[in-house]
Amino acid sequence: MTATATSARSDLSELGRSETALRTFLHGLPGVDQVGAEQRAAQLGTRSIKTTAKAQAIDLAIRMVDLTTLEGADTPGKVRALAAKALRPDPADPSCPHVGAVCVYPAMVPYVAEVLRGSAVHLASVATAFPSGQAPLDVKLADTRAAVAAGADEIDMVINRGAFLAGRYQEVYDEIVVTKEACGDAHLKVILETGELATYDNVRRASWLAMLAGGDFIKTSTGKVPIAATMPVTLVMLEAVRDFRAATGRQVGVKPAGGIRTTKDAIKYLVMVNETVGPDWLDPDWFRFGASSLLNDLLMQRTKLTTGVYAGPDYFTLD
Amino acid sequence: MSERVAVRKTYKLFIGGKFPRSESGRSYIVQDANVALASRKDARDAVVAARAAVKGWAGATAYNRGQILYRVAEMLEGRRDQFVALGAPADEVDAAIDRWVWYAGWADKLPQVYGGANPVAGPYFNLSAPEPTGVVAVVAPGAPALLGLVSVIAPAIVTGNTVVVAASPDAPLVAVTLAEVLATSDLPGGVVNILTGRISETAPTLAAHMDVNAIDLTGVADAELAADLEVRAAENLKRVLRPAPAGHDWFADPGVARMTVLLETKTVWHPKGV
Repeated sequence: MTATATSARSDLSELGRSETALRTFLHGLPGVDQVGAEQRAAQLGTRSIKTTAKAQAIDLAIRMVDLTTLEGADTPGKVRALAAKALRPDPADPSCPHVGAVCVYPAMVPYVAEVLRGSAVHLASVATAFPSGQAPLDVKLADTRAAVAAGADEIDMVINRGAFLAGRYQEVYDEIVVTKEACGDAHLKVILETGELATYDNVRRASWLAMLAGGDFIKTSTGKVPIAATMPVTLVMLEAVRDFRAATGRQVGVKPAGGIRTTKDAIKYLVMVNETVGPDWLDPDWFRFGASSLLNDLLMQRTKLTTGVYAGPDYFTLD
Repeated sequence: MSERVAVRKTYKLFIGGKFPRSESGRSYIVQDANVALASRKDARDAVVAARAAVKGWAGATAYNRGQILYRVAEMLEGRRDQFVALGAPADEVDAAIDRWVWYAGWADKLPQVYGGANPVAGPYFNLSAPEPTGVVAVVAPGAPALLGLVSVIAPAIVTGNTVVVAASPDAPLVAVTLAEVLATSDLPGGVVNILTGRISETAPTLAAHMDVNAIDLTGVADAELAADLEVRAAENLKRVLRPAPAGHDWFADPGVARMTVLLETKTVWHPKGV
């Protein structure tokens, strides 16, 4: 490693110590070419993935799904059923892989943990006053600790968008740092809620901020605002994790969430991952889909490939 | 001044209330016009559109469905000349218009005739109500082009089913022109979807599709293909309507059989108060 790279690395770890340094760094990031990013994302969506490549892509996408239910109406029975589905998404076909994780509210974590115990499926829980993040810090940290204590091994936190948009980067940074501490061994996914950040420049800044503060994953959205994950936003985030690894040597995962409902969409994202950050990220440890209805479409497409007959939603669980 | 060049029409598919080209980009020529040649994926898209339309259409009141079918007759009347120009005899166009009106009248009467209270030996109300089967795939007859097409579509949709029609490959112009009539008749998008092209390409996909509830083989002339389609349909126990016998008279009184075969009877037991 060269001397410059080492000094760049130590510079980055110093950034969190002062608001000014953080601001100077984040505002010094190159701006995003909006038209270019949108065009590039659209272009990557035109690839044709067929037959065996499609079969592989579908299985990979299933392994990357964070099967999510975040409703006020969630009950222990409903989340247990969802966890059972995560373990064995297609009961009719034992060759179908399990999903990446189940994602629920903290109160539902114990019920899911019962079902997932001993399996390779991770248990993610949203925390820190999801989805708005508008609660006092103690409450957010207590929320996080409770979820971890109940058995979650991944925590999806929301950043303080109000502070971020007001330019109080230090506050956002410190919150991520203490939440990361509260997580202990659990992985921390940082939700940027890109639909509320308004510009791609802000998405790039928020991505860097989350990574500098120690996030293991950066995630696009909560799924609770009208604009969720889009291809260009995910592209900007993928470029950020690529540049971050080049600068620091640490690899950070990406999770687009919300609005990805079809196999076609999922495959477009996989193509984009492969083309922008490379195959290192084509793994459930580094790329996830936050979705609920996507899984059934993946299963239907998978069934179509194995049986040759178009499948119908009547033959898959409603959840 | 230079001579005006006439604008020629491309006859496209009718899926979900829109007129897309085939996703395959293919077309074929009939009566000097370019017609879209539907692929398996177009058939799949049409089923998706038809399924999405079931809830709204089956949930609409029977009276409303009747009004819309009558509106189709009104629109068809206004376009008589267009169908005659495409080669449909005037008396056939008249019969097709009258058939829409005839089926429109059945919308709110069929449930009365084929449902109602059943006498049971116990303190219960026992009521039967006919409900639509769901998504119906239809292979339309080739002749008479317009009357045959109307005679298979109208009875399926009047009760609340939605249809994916594989139009006869020899008479697609009439089918697409009828789609233009349907598109301007307040019929919600997706209730009727029309595919033009080879039956041998679209029908097997529709027959095997697990999200199709019934298949009407009326227009299948080849007995071997009909048998094959029936076998495919067995996978999810689709209702099957066998091909029409040769020499079937489409001008005759159609009877109610085409409507009743695409209905499922729901029977409810309800305890009687004293």
